[in-house]
Amino acid sequence: MPEGTGAATTGADRGLDVPLVRLSGITKRFPGVLANDEVSFDIRPGEVHALLGENGAGKSTLIAILSGVLQPDSGRIEVNGRPVRIASPRDAIRLGIGTVYQHSTLVPTLSVVQNLMLGQRWWRPLGRAAALARLAELSALLGVRVDPDATAGSLSLGQQQQVEIVKALWRGERVLVLDEPTSMLTPQGVEELGQVMARLAARGFGIVFVSHKLQEVLAFGHRVTVLKLGRKAGEIPPARLSALSPAEATAEILDLMFGRGAADPEAPRRRASTIRADDAPLLEVEHLSAGEGAVQDVSFTLRPGEILGIAGVDGNGQKQLAEALAGQLRAEAGRIRFAGRDITRLPVARRHALGLRYLTDDRLGEGTVGGFAIGTNLVMKRVGEPPFWAGGFERPARIAAHARELIGRYDVRTPGPEVPIATLSGGNIQKALFGRELSGEPRLLLANKPTYGLDVANIRAARDRISAAAAAGVACILISTELDELLELSDRIAVMYRGRIAGIVGNGPDAERAIGRLMVGGA
Amino acid sequence: MDALFTNAFLVAFVSGTIAASLPLLLAGLGEQMSEKAGVLNLGLEGMMLVGAFCGFAVALETGSFLLGFLAGAAGGMAVAAMMAALCVALPLNQIVVGIALTLGMQGATSLAHHVLYSRTFPRLPRQPEVALPLLSQIPVLGPSLFTQNPVVYLALLLVPAAAWLYRATNIGLNLAAAGSKPAALDLAGVSVTATRAFAVLATGALGGLGGAYMANIGAGLFVPFMTGGAGFMAIVIAMLARGRPAWVLGGALLVGFATSITTALQVAGFNIPTDLVLMLPFGTIMLVLTLFGRRAGLPAALGLPYHRGAR
Ligand SMILES: Nc1ncnc2c1ncn2[C@@H]1O[C@H](COP(=O)(O)OP(=O)(O)OP(=O)(O)O)[C@@H](O)[C@H]1O
Ligand SMILES: [Mg+2]
Repeated sequence: MPEGTGAATTGADRGLDVPLVRLSGITKRFPGVLANDEVSFDIRPGEVHALLGENGAGKSTLIAILSGVLQPDSGRIEVNGRPVRIASPRDAIRLGIGTVYQHSTLVPTLSVVQNLMLGQRWWRPLGRAAALARLAELSALLGVRVDPDATAGSLSLGQQQQVEIVKALWRGERVLVLDEPTSMLTPQGVEELGQVMARLAARGFGIVFVSHKLQEVLAFGHRVTVLKLGRKAGEIPPARLSALSPAEATAEILDLMFGRGAADPEAPRRRASTIRADDAPLLEVEHLSAGEGAVQDVSFTLRPGEILGIAGVDGNGQKQLAEALAGQLRAEAGRIRFAGRDITRLPVARRHALGLRYLTDDRLGEGTVGGFAIGTNLVMKRVGEPPFWAGGFERPARIAAHARELIGRYDVRTPGPEVPIATLSGGNIQKALFGRELSGEPRLLLANKPTYGLDVANIRAARDRISAAAAAGVACILISTELDELLELSDRIAVMYRGRIAGIVGNGPDAERAIGRLMVGGA
Repeated sequence: MDALFTNAFLVAFVSGTIAASLPLLLAGLGEQMSEKAGVLNLGLEGMMLVGAFCGFAVALETGSFLLGFLAGAAGGMAVAAMMAALCVALPLNQIVVGIALTLGMQGATSLAHHVLYSRTFPRLPRQPEVALPLLSQIPVLGPSLFTQNPVVYLALLLVPAAAWLYRATNIGLNLAAAGSKPAALDLAGVSVTATRAFAVLATGALGGLGGAYMANIGAGLFVPFMTGGAGFMAIVIAMLARGRPAWVLGGALLVGFATSITTALQVAGFNIPTDLVLMLPFGTIMLVLTLFGRRAGLPAALGLPYHRGAR
């Protein structure tokens, strides 16, 4: 466990009224966007302070300022009542602030333990043995199981996120800042993180917790602050929060986020099936194996308008299955037929042209080229094709018009199609990718964790889009670790376990229990 | 044909290989460190030239072999300091600055040579050598292989030292992170600028040392453009070595071998056109590049400037 040896003395010593960190009047402007507008935010000892807001509201920007990554245009930061300047990430670490950033900060070529050791003074010995011991301790605490010598890049995104959390605990001595730390975790991982946060809070830590999932916020948060368009829309102090029933608290938070009268977008509903029973199967997968054992002997069929959910604990071969179907991973055995045609050996571009679309879960790594304009990213998979290219020449006006249309239709919050896509907030990048994959004439949508990082309103919109696509005859494969999502959208749900399909269940009242059993390897 | 295997041939061949490999080894180890940290250091050729000039000038002036080498390293570091200021601190485009520095230093050293030495063409006396006990007693090859200038032993010791640095120290971790994902290093609280600047300066020192070896040991004099592309060859060797110092040694020996076999063949009485002779080392590098270049596995952020907070 991190011990309180840092410069920061605990606020608890002086009573709970002095916050560990106080941000006041923070303003941060980017070209065309006011990301933070006079925001005030306190981190108090013993408190989990949940920070909410729709995609692009300015949460990550506020956290970047708190962690020394960005400098505010104006505003004050106080630590233990004394004004400070957090000029660099090093300053933040020195003040005892450890951060899990929204996007990966692991060095993919270094091992897990090397990533954790990174940041020691250069003249010190590496201290590998001590680091391994500490990793074992923190792993046990968080229920993390990773090989310390595995290279970070070879881990699943869920495991990477766990390592990020370990890393923040490693550095944070008084304050933990967690920007969407649960987006890739299993329900069990979320539960364990919640317990750790509670335990650390009890020891006087101040914790900032960003999440789009209201149940998590209500379960773990003591205080809630909501940002909207860069401004603080409201704050619910602990006394009030604990007095409210979960339903009342949800309603109040949604009011703050989206305005009065917003319906609870998380209310479960089940989609009516849109399969046309007399259609021939669109996709037939027979005994597919890929990725050196990651996918083994997988068979299923899919009809137009059908949504097949793929459940399973993250890392059981779901990603490799998607990549094999999309053509990014070579099939080692088996066959894939699409609209009656064998596509097992077709390259990515040909499959795309046939209408097979893959929405990746690695939106910054393989989904986009961060430094390129949004407009360019939106036609990335159609380079050279009309109407965006003619006779080998790019047609910027067509590309921009296409981008503007998708930006409008998919509600991507951005100053315009010419800004680099990496400057968008995480959720807005996801919306843009959604637009890209559903434009043109999709026949099969392969969506890997399509709603992670989206705010509740956008999750609703994204799920509605998937239903609408299915209603229009598009077949969908929906990979998700969110059971609610699968139960809401799918016609059938396949459960993956150790690379195989452990079973396929029809969606119905008993599905949840059956899936739970299959997920842990039961029959 | 028998002449091929005379003792004279072997001795000339072995000492030629060492003389040709050593500057490549030093400069290649240096370049490898820059590349690890994400800086493609095309100023290396310029650093070697300045190292050669300073090393020669100081050794000539003071008569001290040691001061000569120190001056060579310092000269290389001075050029590296410019590279670090422009490409790491500012940071400007590494390729443009690197080429500009190389061209600038070619001009500067030629000019200095013209002013100082073009009338007298001074030469250095033979530099001190150290014979390793026992090993140098081995018949035939022993004396030529194991009686060398101390710089040679230093360079060879640098190979395991660099490997240890990369594997077992915080500096090694920082260098790897700076080249692979600088943002991660910065967020961990380590200055990317300082890490990269350190690597570039170390490259300058090693490149300068390599240059000084060429002038003071290899040739015993300084002539303009005397490095003759060795800096660029060292860059290629470093790229192919995929972060492993032992592979730099292998690459340097291979190119040194190709360089010296041509001279040795001439010594042995074969009449090969000199143009062909001069091409052989470059041809070797091109062959290696086509065979292994694709798997070079360079650091992800190589050549990219780092700006904090830029997304
Ligand atoms: N480096 C940058 N350059 C330009 N604009 C930026 C930059 N960083 C953030 N922005 C803009 O600032 C706004 C706030 O972004 P931020 O990442 O803070 O949102 P967020 O609340 O974290 O959203 P999400 O829930 O989607 O992660 C967005 O409109 C974004 O496009
Ligand atoms: Mg964010």
